[in-house]
Amino acid sequence: MNFLISGTHVAPLWLVGVGFIVGVLGGFFGVGGSFLAAPALFFLGIPMNFVVGTDLAHIVGKSIVAVGNHRRLGHVDYKLGAFMLLGTLPGVEAGARFIEHLKHTARIDQVVGGSFIVLLLSISAFMAWEAWATLRMKGKKPAAEGEKQSGRRRDHSAFSHIAVVVRRLRLPPYVDLPTSGIRQVSVWAIIAVSLIGGFFSGFLGGGAGYIRMPSMIYLLGIPTHIAVGTDLFEIILSAGYGTFSHAVKGNVDILIALVMHTGAAFGAQIGSVLTQYFSGARIRLAFIPLPLIGAGLLVYSLVTGHKF
Amino acid sequence: MDRNIKNEFKSFLPELLIYGVLVTAYCFLVLRYLGAWLAGLFHHQRELYAAVALLLILGQGFVLEQLTSVLLRLVRWGRKEVE
Repeated sequence: MNFLISGTHVAPLWLVGVGFIVGVLGGFFGVGGSFLAAPALFFLGIPMNFVVGTDLAHIVGKSIVAVGNHRRLGHVDYKLGAFMLLGTLPGVEAGARFIEHLKHTARIDQVVGGSFIVLLLSISAFMAWEAWATLRMKGKKPAAEGEKQSGRRRDHSAFSHIAVVVRRLRLPPYVDLPTSGIRQVSVWAIIAVSLIGGFFSGFLGGGAGYIRMPSMIYLLGIPTHIAVGTDLFEIILSAGYGTFSHAVKGNVDILIALVMHTGAAFGAQIGSVLTQYFSGARIRLAFIPLPLIGAGLLVYSLVTGHKF
Repeated sequence: MDRNIKNEFKSFLPELLIYGVLVTAYCFLVLRYLGAWLAGLFHHQRELYAAVALLLILGQGFVLEQLTSVLLRLVRWGRKEVE
């Protein structure tokens, strides 16, 4: 079928299928799924600037469905989401302007694709190392007595000391985050984390949950389940702003996004229900192969020039 | 596989079937009736296109969130009645 806005020819069933898969992953891991959707769209023959903008648009719709489910499970910290917005929006705009600058050069596919591959490989390697260390640490340490009695599931991380250092940062103003169980963290730390996430959202497309979700866990010390729900809430706002910004610049084929989203909405429902049955460390461990698949698809498309 | 997860998947299957029929009908309608109009907006009125695009995806997000929740409730309620 011809999509008149981007001038591409793609079967709608492929788009629904890609949407469904990234929907399940997004609902489960709290990420927009662009680490997989963007390479898949590029692989289907959609130009890279349309990949970035269209992926953002479909993520807006999908995240609304997933946040609805996480809200019912009590996994969304709205206060944290509101503070993160202060860094996310300027970050998204900076990323979108960088893409605009690259559009005037001949090498946009190589620069964006190459950056994506490096980022995906780094995230996968770090999370593999951390999740392995955490599970090994849990295997050695018996559960604390209070934890056993209350029956509550705590979120362990081998890198929780990094979050402790960030929370000790003496740079006022400070904010309490009762939903996430955090007392006093510098607003500047939240803004720094969200600014980086926003930049990657505008530059590489998607909600940048692949970088924001791990940053919330390891740098701010947010429990994994709350990080998943709050990240999705943040993605609605950042990807909504990014969609408008990219659409004005001519990078969004909304018809492709609408078709993809029909599959994603259902997948997100399944993914968010499944988070109840897994511990934080296991969710992070299961996340590891996904960026690698995205990187593999991109390497294949860039090296061979073949688009499906 | 955990029994709870198996039950969740069983409840999703009927929902998937109903949802699939609705989505196929919807795709045909959107692509057939909105395609040319949106392409015209994209080429001639970019700001209006951006606003319409955002409204469309937000609207579809809310509608599908409601639809999937209602379908899931219906399917689970039906399963409890049977049990």
